[in-house]
Amino acid sequence: MSADILALSWDSLDNLWAQSALKSVGILAAVLLPAGTFVYLFLFKMVSFMQSRLGPMETGPYGSLQLLAEVGKFLQKEDIIPERADRLLFKAAPYLVVSTVLLVYIVVPFGPDMTFISGAMTGGIFFAVAIASVSTLGVIVAGWASANKYSLMGGLRAGGQLVAYELPLILAVVGVVIQAGTMDMQQIVHAQAGGSIFGVDLIGNPYVLTQFLGFIIFMIAVQAELAQTPFDMPIAESELVTGYMTEYTGLRFLLFFIGEFASAGAFAALGATLFLGGWAVPAAWTDLNNNLFNLLGPIIMVAKMCILGGLIFFVRFTFPRLREDQLQKFAWVILIPLSLANILATTILKVAF
Amino acid sequence: MSEFLRDYLTVAIFAAVAVGLLALVLGLGSLIRPQRVQKDKYLTYESGVDPVGDGWAESPIRYYVFALLFVMFDVEVVFIFPWATRLELYGWFGAIEMLVFIVILSLGILYAWRKKVLQWL
Repeated sequence: MSADILALSWDSLDNLWAQSALKSVGILAAVLLPAGTFVYLFLFKMVSFMQSRLGPMETGPYGSLQLLAEVGKFLQKEDIIPERADRLLFKAAPYLVVSTVLLVYIVVPFGPDMTFISGAMTGGIFFAVAIASVSTLGVIVAGWASANKYSLMGGLRAGGQLVAYELPLILAVVGVVIQAGTMDMQQIVHAQAGGSIFGVDLIGNPYVLTQFLGFIIFMIAVQAELAQTPFDMPIAESELVTGYMTEYTGLRFLLFFIGEFASAGAFAALGATLFLGGWAVPAAWTDLNNNLFNLLGPIIMVAKMCILGGLIFFVRFTFPRLREDQLQKFAWVILIPLSLANILATTILKVAF
Repeated sequence: MSEFLRDYLTVAIFAAVAVGLLALVLGLGSLIRPQRVQKDKYLTYESGVDPVGDGWAESPIRYYVFALLFVMFDVEVVFIFPWATRLELYGWFGAIEMLVFIVILSLGILYAWRKKVLQWL
């Protein structure tokens, strides 16, 4: 171990704790604000308008405080742990699901200097997909620990589905990594802003255009990772009574709910960074290292996240549910070979040009 | 401390903050929410009737096969990522190497398909 690694002074440590406190607040804002926005904007309002109704209107202007009212409701509910459940695992499962979602945001850059980590952790996107898959474990643990037949079925279905759709998700990301030549999220953003399509650099090179197949595969896989409607077999409320969450009540149920929407936000953030150019605008328009982008970056980022979030929830409320065998077959027989073909095509184009 | 280790220290701090915050929220919740013990509340839910047998019932073997398939592909992906960042240096050599690698793995999924593992009915 070199002296460089051990070179710890009180000064730098002090600085580190101050920074960490600030970053912790920042990451909570980055997780909870998009999650809350998604719930209000899409789950409450957009679906209501799609179904020709108004949605919540009583709490606050246009029902905008509905979410706080819901949290208040869940706070008052009794916490019930079934006597046959595995108590320790039953309590641990929400922690696993929610805390891993928070960690996904660490690698997402929100501006030229608005990053939670310095540039040294170069495996950014690799870290994100690795940590996102830990929440699968939380879901299986929740299903198992409840000692309920519905929960066990739901947990197993969720486990099978999440692992099956994680592969197309990761393989779609590989296409982006090949094009950018790096796993660092900040450099992927710069590669898109500064890139060019056939020599035209007017809009940079947002990978949604040059990796369109990868983008489609990514969004389908995200839909399945979130267990949203075309792929909501694990929580199918009409047959499994919300699957792995059947036995959860009150605050613990709310944590799963928050985890679901926070991970919708996290995947939207990953998708916006990988395919829509992240916090940046095309480098041909303006100087990206301008300090102004530390302020504008998060706003641009949230706008792009809302576009992807809107897409995710639009699909959720439009499509019917797939059968269990259909969705497994769809992943293994169509999506995975397609994403492998996408990798090969990207490789050949990258080497040839 | 090197930048690299500092980044992972940040990850550890965030994990601690996340877990601590959840514990705090659940702890505060326990001060507010009611607790009225009734024996029937703690029965396992089974559509309203008393639960029959054990909750940890048998489950289809298929999920195990899918898990094995997943491990195979997940290990593959671990190899693809570092290769993808260095593709520009390798050029055609790297492209053909990866072609061979992916074809061999596709044979794996083809074998699973032919063995009717991916079919349910």
